[in-house]
Amino acid sequence: MNCQKSLDLAYKIRLHALEMTSRGGTSHIASIFSMADLVAVLYADVLRYDPRNPRMPGRDRLLLSKGHAGAGIYAALAESGFFPVEELLTHCQNGSRLSGHVSHKGVPGVEASTGSLGQGLPMAMGMAMAAKLNHEDHRIYCIIGDGECDEGAIWESALIAHQYKLDNFIVTIDFNKIQSLAPVEETIALEPLDEKWRAFGWHVIRVDGHDHEALHRAYEEARGAMGGGKPVVVIADTVKGKGVSFMEHSVLWHYRTARGEEYEAALKELEAGKP
Amino acid sequence: MRDTFTRCLEAYAQTHPELVLVTGDLGFGVLFPYMKKFPDRFINAGISEQAMMSMAAGMALEGKTVVVYSIGNFPTLRCLEQIRNCCAYHEANVKIVCVGAGFVYGTLGMTHHATEDMSALRILPGVKVYAPADGVETEAVMGPFLSEPGVAYLRIGRGGEPHFHEDGSLAGYRCGQALEQFPGTDAYILTAGGILGSAVEAAHLLEADGLHIGVASFPTVKPLDEAYLAALCGRVPVLFTLEEHTIVGGFGGAVCEYVCGLTGPRPRVVRLGLNDTYCSIVGNQSYLEKHFGLDGEGVARRVRQELGRA
Repeated sequence: MNCQKSLDLAYKIRLHALEMTSRGGTSHIASIFSMADLVAVLYADVLRYDPRNPRMPGRDRLLLSKGHAGAGIYAALAESGFFPVEELLTHCQNGSRLSGHVSHKGVPGVEASTGSLGQGLPMAMGMAMAAKLNHEDHRIYCIIGDGECDEGAIWESALIAHQYKLDNFIVTIDFNKIQSLAPVEETIALEPLDEKWRAFGWHVIRVDGHDHEALHRAYEEARGAMGGGKPVVVIADTVKGKGVSFMEHSVLWHYRTARGEEYEAALKELEAGKP
Repeated sequence: MRDTFTRCLEAYAQTHPELVLVTGDLGFGVLFPYMKKFPDRFINAGISEQAMMSMAAGMALEGKTVVVYSIGNFPTLRCLEQIRNCCAYHEANVKIVCVGAGFVYGTLGMTHHATEDMSALRILPGVKVYAPADGVETEAVMGPFLSEPGVAYLRIGRGGEPHFHEDGSLAGYRCGQALEQFPGTDAYILTAGGILGSAVEAAHLLEADGLHIGVASFPTVKPLDEAYLAALCGRVPVLFTLEEHTIVGGFGGAVCEYVCGLTGPRPRVVRLGLNDTYCSIVGNQSYLEKHFGLDGEGVARRVRQELGRA
């Protein structure tokens, strides 16, 4: 399996996101890094889309429900040709269209604005429901956070999607094990997470969220599940802050912005890992 | 009002294949005819209003006109942020229906009293608010409610309300129109919703005191009929607003906001409704209306007091 394209994209997403959050003085770099690989695999090799026609009817839809990691999606979209890469540097700047929590207003390729947790997933589910009603064959992808699983609407949606057999609905959980103030298991424990989703009637795939080959196989399985009558959840075991040693497994970098020496050190580490 | 709503909904669905009805597990009996006629365009989201509202937005972004049906505060306060973020911000064609305006479910207790919903919904940019007074007004607003783009909110009673208009007399109703019931010279009572009956009764009672009170119904609370209000403001010294709802931020609040912004002489606005309180009294709708002075006699009494005739 050739993963060069997705590895390159993941590398670029991390570089862009580091610069965007640093210039913008904004948070959530570690939340972006944890999902960078799976986002890259989706945009590089899995999703069906046309950047010249962002509203193409038969496109796959992707909603980022953990909207605070929006910089990662903007970077993926820009690198995939939806808008100029140069615009990324306006992220969180006065007058920009690229807000910290992902915005669809005037931004080609973004399906919906999110940021209030627990809302993107049911919106995506509505899109999956509509596709079923219309007998369309595209998929609806949604990325949620693990802390986001504290929201009741996530589990309301888990019940509804199962009831309506939304097998065109592929949810990925960026299971980076750390939320806002502390590790997930010390906050509102989620494990055994795969058993929970299985009990809700979902097709569960658990995968190393930084192993591109494994991610490709996981999404291939997820796409193949259409027709099976079950929605799919890909539980991606990830590392918060993945790619920069001093950000990894750290609660601090949920909010901290890399500046000055920290920025330079992070950049150096990322560049050293260039695929 | 409820039966008129379902009849109009079914008629609209016949010619609009994009319409989908979503319910939060409510509408026993009421929705059965629709479910039978349009089984492929009916979704019961269960008792999960938050996911339901976001889901409705997602469906609307895919071209559906989604009518979300529930009662009381469930399709409004329970999922207000979803209405704001997922529906209104995305300009989604989501049409929210609340059966049980005010004290319609009076005996069921305060959880089922929809007495702050108009305030909560009208503050959201891009959300239209409809509060028809009877079946005829309900039929009149159904056209704009369903067909105009964006989010709209409709609060209606359960059924059996008296009619204040001739059947079909409001054909061609446009969103944002006030309906003058009869004119007056001393003051006007402006109403939103089924409480119109109390205003009409009060005006008749006040005739005996030599007071000529005009009455107008506002089936659309947002956008408010400012042109009609502007004309009234030059004619009478006092406007009463009447709603089965809190007086904070609802229909009366909307009228105040408008009148405060006028230059030159302007009428005093007296808001009648729930005075920033919850209802802990057990009773049916008419009992609770009387308790809070919102029945015809209670309204007449307040008008006399405010006009110095008590």
